[in-house]
Amino acid sequence: MKKIRFPIFINSLLLILIASFGINSSAQEPVRIAFMDPLSGAFAAIGTSGLKQLQFAADYFYNSKGGILDGRMIEIVPLDNKQSPTETQIQFRRAVSEELRIIFQGNSSAVANTLNQTINRYNRRNPGQEVLQINYSAVDPILTEENCSFWHFRFDAHAAMKLNVLTDYIAKQESIKSMYIIGQDYSFGQAVSDISISLLAEKRPDIEIVGNEFHPIGQVKDFTPYVTKIVSSGADAVITGNFGADMVSLAKSIIDSGLDIPIYTFYAAYDGITATLGADGKNKIHLIHNETSNPIPTERRKDYMRAYKAANPNRDVTQPRLVNALQMIVQAMEQTQSTDPYDIALALEDMRFMTLSDEEIWMRGDDHQIFQSLHLSVQTDEEIEFDADNSGFGLFSFFHVPAEETIVETSCQMKRPRR
Amino acid sequence: MSQLKKLSVWIGYLVVMLVLPQFFDSILSISIFNQMAIAIVFALSYNMLLGQGGMLSFGHAVYFGFGGFLAVHTLIMIEFETVYFSILFIPLIGGVFGLLAAIFIGSFSTHKAGTVFAMISLGMGELIAASSLIFVGFFGGEAGISGDRTYGPPFFGIEFLRDVEIYYVAVFWVFIATIFMYLFTQTPAGRMANAVRDNPERAEFIGYSARRVRFISFCAAGLFAGIAGGLFALNYEFITEENLNAATSGRVLLMAYIGGLGYFIGPIVGAVILTLMNSLLSNYSDLWMLYLGIMFLLTVLFLPRGFAGFIMMHQVAWVKGSIKQLALPYLLTGIPAFLLMLSAVALVEMSHVEAGALQFMGFALDPALLTDWMMVGIVGIGSLIAVRKSLPRLRDAWESANTIPNEDGN
Amino acid sequence: MLEVFIFATLNGLVTGLLLFMLASGLTLIFSMMGVLNFAHASFYMLGAYFAYSISLYFGFWMGLIFAPLIVGVLGAVVERYGLRRVHQSGHVAELVFTFGLAFLIEEAVQFFWGPDTKNYQSPDILDFPLFTLFGQEFSAYRGFMIGISLSIFVALYHVLTKSRIGIIIQAAITHPNTVANLGHNVPLIFMGVFGVGTALAGLAGVIAGPVLTTFPGMSIVLGSIVFVIVVIGGLGSLAGAFIASLLIGLLQSYAIASDVGMPELLNLLGVEFERSHPLNDLWTLTLPQIAPILPFLLLVLVLIFRPTGLLGKREE
Repeated sequence: MKKIRFPIFINSLLLILIASFGINSSAQEPVRIAFMDPLSGAFAAIGTSGLKQLQFAADYFYNSKGGILDGRMIEIVPLDNKQSPTETQIQFRRAVSEELRIIFQGNSSAVANTLNQTINRYNRRNPGQEVLQINYSAVDPILTEENCSFWHFRFDAHAAMKLNVLTDYIAKQESIKSMYIIGQDYSFGQAVSDISISLLAEKRPDIEIVGNEFHPIGQVKDFTPYVTKIVSSGADAVITGNFGADMVSLAKSIIDSGLDIPIYTFYAAYDGITATLGADGKNKIHLIHNETSNPIPTERRKDYMRAYKAANPNRDVTQPRLVNALQMIVQAMEQTQSTDPYDIALALEDMRFMTLSDEEIWMRGDDHQIFQSLHLSVQTDEEIEFDADNSGFGLFSFFHVPAEETIVETSCQMKRPRR
Repeated sequence: MSQLKKLSVWIGYLVVMLVLPQFFDSILSISIFNQMAIAIVFALSYNMLLGQGGMLSFGHAVYFGFGGFLAVHTLIMIEFETVYFSILFIPLIGGVFGLLAAIFIGSFSTHKAGTVFAMISLGMGELIAASSLIFVGFFGGEAGISGDRTYGPPFFGIEFLRDVEIYYVAVFWVFIATIFMYLFTQTPAGRMANAVRDNPERAEFIGYSARRVRFISFCAAGLFAGIAGGLFALNYEFITEENLNAATSGRVLLMAYIGGLGYFIGPIVGAVILTLMNSLLSNYSDLWMLYLGIMFLLTVLFLPRGFAGFIMMHQVAWVKGSIKQLALPYLLTGIPAFLLMLSAVALVEMSHVEAGALQFMGFALDPALLTDWMMVGIVGIGSLIAVRKSLPRLRDAWESANTIPNEDGN
Repeated sequence: MLEVFIFATLNGLVTGLLLFMLASGLTLIFSMMGVLNFAHASFYMLGAYFAYSISLYFGFWMGLIFAPLIVGVLGAVVERYGLRRVHQSGHVAELVFTFGLAFLIEEAVQFFWGPDTKNYQSPDILDFPLFTLFGQEFSAYRGFMIGISLSIFVALYHVLTKSRIGIIIQAAITHPNTVANLGHNVPLIFMGVFGVGTALAGLAGVIAGPVLTTFPGMSIVLGSIVFVIVVIGGLGSLAGAFIASLLIGLLQSYAIASDVGMPELLNLLGVEFERSHPLNDLWTLTLPQIAPILPFLLLVLVLIFRPTGLLGKREE
């Protein structure tokens, strides 16, 4: 019996293996869109969050209603780049190998830059097989300025635009007479610093910049020494572009020191940050961002957020711009009846689109930069319908600037491919 | 091994590398092969330090990265015609600068081996990685620097637009580098490195300065790491701080160790395995790093001589001709062990899934269904029992396969 | 100016003492087994995470007591079933094992607790300012941190030099065979010391978690610094580790607090460079910018000029 058992064993194993490569029959080829961001490693939380939101959006708006372009489902293909520029290149080659020609990416301007250069090189060398880069979150202005590219579209307001709005607000605050700027020592952090200083000098030359500090990314264990400097400088407010662990550490240290000044940030909410800062951060943590957080202007959007919460109880809709990007791309596809990146790009240029919030946003053709209203929010537990991290605290948007007033010039000299 | 056998191994090595793209020609496969090529040279260079020299370094990526940075800068200079020569020489440029960096750093770090050396290498590695973020002009900051390999003079009409063309350039350099690194182990310097690793005092007694021997190994290792960096630059046309930092140094340590430190081919095996895990496994599971960590730990505990060591363990049986005896026991233990591993992985994956069912090798496993858990559990326990039952048989077979008969004929 | 100095000193003390708690465990383990435990900072992280989970149900103080115990037990298990096995394969294998362990623990933490930042809060009872100086508060919790760290140092010193078990341990460090011959269970002692060492790391995690944020990267952030300290202080010397911890803590704190850098130095020399100068990054370098990498600079300098560290014993 022992002699027979073995071949049976082997055969069943083989059958299992064969079955695992099972044939998936589907009515029509899905429209495949790649999502490249860190899905493992230190930054996995943010990447996974974005992936879930994009997948949900695809299902909620299109797949559950029969798909797009006559019944084609949208398939979001995750590519894990571990927030590493090298891995981004490797995953890009994988995307090309699997004929994924639209790539969403957002975390880290450094990675976005790398991807941009890689895509440009590839597109130049492979006409007819181009790949489109949908940048949903990397806000270094350079991507729509010196390094602008026909194949890159940015769906978030860049740092200069956000700081423009922020400094407008600050300019109106009479009580702020001195400002402390602190940030991570890299391109984005430096951009935040340079732009803040020049804009404040324009709008309120009387505001003294009492500190301009840079620290290495992810290396600072304890921000108390920095906070000591902030305190002794007598600053009335702090501006920072920090994200992730650096952001929450900095915010905690400032609050713990007893300093009761507003902290103006780009990324100090969600993904556990709001929960950690909690009551201590009330009325101190501010965020400049697109799409209001509370109150939500339309029922459509509220329904969407509730549906997302029901499907993902431990997550929040943190990046509504993913929804905007997806919807605009689909509109481009439907318009041109094509999934070819070149056609989509042409259709996206100068597109005006009505979002879930009943706001018209505009993708400028000159530099492929989106323009939409920007808002300043504060962390609080009052009048919050949609909180963050299930903590009871959330962002309340109190200062709004409509899209037209956020428009800035660009130095982009875009080279357009001819077809 | 006879000369003919040795030669045929080398030729086989070259032929396999040349022929691979014919069988696996997708862009992804070529990309993986290129990664392997770079990893092989890098891991082999690391083994010159650790396996052959006994010097545990946590900062080897510095030479890789430094070579790479200079290589990319050279590509930029070629693009703007400050210099103009074929990009085939780029890995050599990387090697030269890797060597220069190693000469500088080795001058003060090779006085002692062991823990002191390891700590200096860690410190220097961290220092240089951190400095590279500060000196943005040369290192390009977070985004690194990028170049374009298609601006050099064409090589017989090839402009290196395609990755597969770079692959053949890589094969050339990998082959050359492997030959030279192997030859180094046969030179007096290489042999003395082994001696110094094993017994530095004794080496000094016969007149060799342990320090100088270590220094030579260190520089040679830096040279080849720089070549690997140059290959990286050609393949990806960019380089960042990430390629000099502690994580990269850690990765090459993993490669060399998993492959097997005591054997020349060990790092090659390790480089191939790790590249495959890195590229393919990560596409199937977000938890691939967890599996990598477990595999690494298991290797250290149970296979301290690495995978190459595991293969080499069979040398006696092979020579004796009794290797066939082991085939059946291996299968009887191996297949249940494999299933045990799969069921463990399935359990881990199932507990990680957020919503809905998990697609595991063609099966849909729903963490909400108790029956699915039990099914996996039964497979797991069944495999465990099968493994335990078949292990004695394997042990006996191993014993008999490895016993060299003495005069009595036992 | 004075206020900055005072607070910088206080900050440096808090950091330094915390680092010492980590370094002491590492030194103990190194003296005992000659192995530099790469996973030490990972046990620190585990301490924070366990304390976080315990504190969710039972409060901070229960976490303070039980989390280090759990970590200590884990450490002992690792020693018994992992390290002891690898010991036969040599020092390099041990180092590589702990390196792999560090990697694995980091991944396991992400698997069990998730990759996001955890809301581990300091106890409300200590949520008041101990004193306020020049407008900045010094929280009672930080005072508590200093208190715990100092008491650990005193307790450790006392146990190692004055108690019976401490003397046995000291003997086992230098003469394990003789101690075994005298009838003591040396492997058990090893396991115990490893467990205590990791428990100390866990304790450091428990009290540092609320202040330094609890997230999967916390072991990396502190890990290399602890090594630097142990090496600078002198491998195997507890007093050396204490001095080095304070030195590094204070050095970093002062470096950040100061505002000097290359521009001031150049000014002094009367030299000026254009912004477009190729070495511009060097000319605009400030001390706060390089503060986090100062420990590594110090490490390399110490290793070059005094390889045994400040108070270290001779290398065998």
